[in-house]
Amino acid sequence: MSLDLPLIWAGLIATAVALYVLLDGFDLGVGILFPFATPKERDVMIDAIAPVWDGNETWLVLGGGGLFAAFPLAYAIIMPAMYLPIGIMLTALIFRGVAFEFRAHGRKSGRKWWTFAFSAGSLVAAIAQGLVLGGFVQGITVEGRAFAGGSFDWLSPYGLLIAAGLTTGYALLGAGWLVFKAEAELQAKARRWVQRLIIAVSALMAAVSIATLFVNPEITARWGISLTGGFDLMQFLVVSPAPLIAAVAAIGVFVFARKGPDLAPYLASVGLYLAGFAGLAISLFPNVVPFDITYEDAAAHDSALGLLLVGTVVMLPIILAYTGYVYWLFRGKATGASYH
Amino acid sequence: MEFDALLLSRLQFAFVIAFHIIFPAFTIGLASFLAVLEGLYLFTKKQVFLNLFFFWVKVFALAFGMGVVSGVVMSYQFGTNWSVFADLTGSVLGPLLGYEVLTAFFLEASFLGIMLFGWKLVGPRLHFFATLMVAIGTLISSFWILSANSWMQTPQGYAIEDGLFIATDWVAVIFNPSFPSRLAHMVAAAYLTTALAVLGSAAFLMLRRNVTSEVKVMARMAIFTIALLAPLQVLIGHESGVVAHEYQPAKVAAIEGWWETRAGQPTHLFAIPDQDAETNHLELSVPGLGSWVVTGDANAVVEGLDAFAEEDRPPVFIVFWSFRVMVGLGFLMVALGIWGAVLWWRGKVRESRLFQWSALAMAPSGFIAVLAGWITAEVGRQPYVVYGQLRTADAVSPVDGSQVALSLLVFMITYAIIFSAGALYILRVLAKGPDSSEQPPDRTTPGAGLDLTGEPT
Repeated sequence: MSLDLPLIWAGLIATAVALYVLLDGFDLGVGILFPFATPKERDVMIDAIAPVWDGNETWLVLGGGGLFAAFPLAYAIIMPAMYLPIGIMLTALIFRGVAFEFRAHGRKSGRKWWTFAFSAGSLVAAIAQGLVLGGFVQGITVEGRAFAGGSFDWLSPYGLLIAAGLTTGYALLGAGWLVFKAEAELQAKARRWVQRLIIAVSALMAAVSIATLFVNPEITARWGISLTGGFDLMQFLVVSPAPLIAAVAAIGVFVFARKGPDLAPYLASVGLYLAGFAGLAISLFPNVVPFDITYEDAAAHDSALGLLLVGTVVMLPIILAYTGYVYWLFRGKATGASYH
Repeated sequence: MEFDALLLSRLQFAFVIAFHIIFPAFTIGLASFLAVLEGLYLFTKKQVFLNLFFFWVKVFALAFGMGVVSGVVMSYQFGTNWSVFADLTGSVLGPLLGYEVLTAFFLEASFLGIMLFGWKLVGPRLHFFATLMVAIGTLISSFWILSANSWMQTPQGYAIEDGLFIATDWVAVIFNPSFPSRLAHMVAAAYLTTALAVLGSAAFLMLRRNVTSEVKVMARMAIFTIALLAPLQVLIGHESGVVAHEYQPAKVAAIEGWWETRAGQPTHLFAIPDQDAETNHLELSVPGLGSWVVTGDANAVVEGLDAFAEEDRPPVFIVFWSFRVMVGLGFLMVALGIWGAVLWWRGKVRESRLFQWSALAMAPSGFIAVLAGWITAEVGRQPYVVYGQLRTADAVSPVDGSQVALSLLVFMITYAIIFSAGALYILRVLAKGPDSSEQPPDRTTPGAGLDLTGEPT
């Protein structure tokens, strides 16, 4: 039996993107929450993510590099289509990335500016990622092997809705992470943030889900609904666990935000996100560039996918092991003293 | 106004890669330097090595951060601006870059956290292991990225199927002809760049009469590295040139300013190449030296640019001069290394103000030589992006020139800001110099880092 290499790679890239969202999501979220914290609390917040943010962002490099390696055609179409939001995202990530160190070295005004750069960079990167996701889901115009749409195709009410959802969602992950890492007053504050954010996130995710049904008839049919009025109950039952799990997870986040183990709000948010991610996968599979190019069309040559798979099978468990080790090592509460 | 997406994309790539390379060139060397310092501390238990470690790790953290963020940009450039290149070469170059992420980037990023914040949590031995992993990660990263770049210079082990490049022999792809010498050349360049920066900052502190035992150790380690590596680098560079001459004769002809194919090609010490007139102005040359350098025979016939169609020639003026800047600085490094070694032998490094001023002046020379070298390599590959196979002009994305102009402008402003701030913070750290109260960043005991008494905790 031969392996379906393109399918394996579609799964691996999706996993990398999901891990990116769940991991870098919380450190971007911490940046988004910066304006609502006192200067002292900000030092603790930075501490809560400083040892791990670089590793988290590496999943984004794997997402970009992996897409190039496994689905070069998709990479070659999506990137020019998303030229501006990707540029905005990269610029924002630059400012917030250097701010970790620069903030500690800046004197009075320098420190203020890099604190602002960290927060604004986190916010703008999240919005830009939402715009990329929105532009991707609503479909990309392709001719032959190239992007053939306009420079601003990604800019739409649907894209803005997704950007709002993703940004609020990152803030929720950040708040959940702070419940885990912070103590006393900041922790209590973070619990309140989670309670408010989960309501906003639930509303936005519901809105995004409904809006997505109207993006393309292919997606609608996937959920058992036909625009001509038909409803396929069996089809709907098959895919219904995704929204059900999302609803349960959302309630879990709300409950755990008030009371429960420190890590519970973050983990419940992760459940919510995985359910949302599964919903997207259900809607878009097997497209890797909606709605023209499937993962099979875009896959690199088997010689490339095979070589990569060998490396991934060996390296991915090792990467997960030492990433897990670093998280375990820094499992203690953040103190705010790292950069002094 | 019409914007030319091709020209702007080339300018943008040149700008973002030139900015990026400055930081890896520094951090590859610094990571190894830090691993050596920490290893020496574990071995000798001398506090001076630990103080130096905690001093240089501050510089490393700043430079590494800038390298990371400018590196993330690079992983998207192929797609945003060179999508045709990405589509056509993805099945060959994609896996090499994929392996770089899998084997190097995660390793560096994860153990960096322990290296910067884990001193109190893991103890000296495990901390040394983390530093070692970061250092090894930077070298693995150089391996893959130089392999990919060298394949673009000297492509091997591939076939073209339906217009797409596919690999037929991975060993031939990865270990393509120019890869070994170019990898050695780049790693040696990174070590030299770091050593020159370390020596420069030691010299600065000596000139300010701030001569602690830490400063003396710094100066000695740097002089040792430069005296050893600079001459070796001349040989490696020569080997790289010989390989280039075999596989990319047009590049070497342009670098040397040879317009006609002839016996006994000269080496021009000075000239102003004129691409339109196909000649040099104001030549100052050593006859026969050029032929001797590339073939070992001063009378050998070597191809000039007339052997290649006009549209297949790289821009001569740029590579002619970038090469001379690199080589000129290389010989100055050799001289500085020998001079430093002699002074060290006589115990006079502390006294020679002239040497200290020279070392300070040479502090940025590694960075300049690395940039000049990369300009020579990449501009010399033109007009191709995959040498002899795919033209740069045919590789560009179908994006609007105005979008590229905007992104280029934003990158220039962004990089100008973070470069100025980063350079300022690094120079501030360097100007203060290492002392016996260097402290590790601390995550476990709040306020410990604020202890200014200088007592080791």
